Amino acid sequence: MSGLVVIGASYAGVQAAISAREAGYAEPIRIVSDEDMLPYQRPPLSKAYLLDGVAEDKLIIRGDKYFADKKIDLVLGEKAIRIDRTGKRVELQNKPALAFDRLVIATGSRARQLPSAAGLQNIFYLRSLADALALKAQLSTAAELVVIGGGFIGLEVAASAAKLGKKVTVIESTRRLIERALSPVLSEFLRDIHKNHNVTIRFSETVTGMTQNGAKAEIHCANGDKLNADLVLVGIGGIPNAEMAADAGISVQNGIMVDAFGVSDHSEVLAAGDCTSHFNALVKRNIRLESVQHAQDQAKSAGSAIAGKQVVYDAIPRFWSDQYDAKLQMVGLSEGHDAHAIRGSIADNKFSVFLFRDGKLVAIDSVNRPGDQLIGRRLIAGGAMLSPAQASDDSFDLKGLAGTLAPE
Amino acid sequence: MPKVTFIEFDDTVHTLDAEAGATMMETALQGGVTSIVAECGGACSCATCHVYVDDAWVSRLAPKSDEEEDQLDSAFDVRPNSRLSCQIKVTEELDGLVLRTPSYQGR
Ligand SMILES: Cc1cc2nc3c(=O)[nH]c(=O)nc-3n(C[C@H](O)[C@H](O)[C@H](O)COP(=O)(O)OP(=O)(O)OC[C@H]3O[C@@H](n4cnc5c(N)ncnc54)[C@H](O)[C@@H]3O)c2cc1C
Ligand code: FES
Repeated sequence: MSGLVVIGASYAGVQAAISAREAGYAEPIRIVSDEDMLPYQRPPLSKAYLLDGVAEDKLIIRGDKYFADKKIDLVLGEKAIRIDRTGKRVELQNKPALAFDRLVIATGSRARQLPSAAGLQNIFYLRSLADALALKAQLSTAAELVVIGGGFIGLEVAASAAKLGKKVTVIESTRRLIERALSPVLSEFLRDIHKNHNVTIRFSETVTGMTQNGAKAEIHCANGDKLNADLVLVGIGGIPNAEMAADAGISVQNGIMVDAFGVSDHSEVLAAGDCTSHFNALVKRNIRLESVQHAQDQAKSAGSAIAGKQVVYDAIPRFWSDQYDAKLQMVGLSEGHDAHAIRGSIADNKFSVFLFRDGKLVAIDSVNRPGDQLIGRRLIAGGAMLSPAQASDDSFDLKGLAGTLAPE
Repeated sequence: MPKVTFIEFDDTVHTLDAEAGATMMETALQGGVTSIVAECGGACSCATCHVYVDDAWVSRLAPKSDEEEDQLDSAFDVRPNSRLSCQIKVTEELDGLVLRTPSYQGR
């Protein structure tokens, strides 16, 4: 037996391998990664890592010994360059090809590039530890920072840089922050906390071009303004690393298309994490998610499926972000919500926004109120009958209501 | 090096060398304690590093911050001796500490 080959050794790839082993898969498992590092935590890269001296080795998720114990071979620093699906082999850049019975593609996503930034100095993207190392080094001497894109990564870097005393400007093309994923209440809250930390956000603004101005980058805005920066962080979204799969004849549409078990349209090939697109029952369409929870939970299903165990992936999506003193946590998908209710106090920085669509609770965005999140997950999963009035009434017993639902 | 013991909900026992300055969560991940998930990487934002502290040790740990207290609220099967392992720093004094993991890490 050739066993399992996994491409990508981050949250999804590692979890798929572990889950396969835990479900009893006894064949060889090899995980190929084009990074040299052992699997590491990415979320801190835009947060704590930029601020204090979080040592790189503290970011490592699981050590060598762990993989050895589980009989999982890591092939680090090696890029997979082609999938020979019919020949059941993955070709590597330098080493001999790896034969497989089953393949898991967990190649994640990469930062979308800004064409006008090509060839300039001091332009940074943030995806990997190598990116973060370079960013951190430049940040130590930079005084003026421009962040292009007011998404999570951009705003987290803006917050970290502001905390370090840098002058920060964020350029956002839409009229509010993280429009696609956040409720307007939360967008406004974020805008305000950034403002309170002297971060300038330019809304409805686009970058028309960039030039090198000595050691600085000059950013040309559509309204004619020019901004100078010692460091430009571009955070304009991610692109799934799915080209290799598409070239192998696997169905790809904004990500590798997988079913509820992480299986692609070719049963020997599975995929999980940022590189996939799956049908989500909450919004009743295919979506691609970029979060640790999604990567791990989807990979659990994929890994289990490889061992012959069917574990449906239907977890309610959740995400978090830290900016200044605000712990943001989100559960559910707020897309298309038509009503909302606030529980707690915005003035005290402790509140949750309950979001409803067609009278049903679909998502909760919380700031410094983690307690609402787990209950919320159960309420959303169980299709609880909750009204906006009840949600905003702090004396209404949400735990009690959650208790009446079948367990998740 | 202090030694700490993790007993998983399925009774798997891991006695690990813990490095002073690291967190119990990091120690658990490195040592292969599978039922510590640590989705947020120690940011006190996920409660998937939940542990139960052996009774003899509860009062010997540094107390919980408000942040930890709040986040623990969102964990599954919280008990008086519940802690988030990412918020417990390893010190020499914790040699012999015993931590148990719940059957479900909020996931
Ligand atoms: C700065 C930053 C902050 C974030 N903050 C949060 C947060 O607060 N909360 C949250 O939930 N999520 C956050 N995320 C998102 C989260 O990290 C991702 O969703 C998660 O890492 C996805 O895991 P993955 O395994 O699917 O892919 P990735 O983590 O992207 O890993 C894919 C791996 O595959 C490798 N690879 C790709 N192609 C090949 C190839 N051909 N051959 C070999 N190896 C290959 C890549 O180099 C990479 O190591 C953040 C991401 C970043 C970058
Ligand atoms: S690792 Fe997330 S709360 Fe401890």
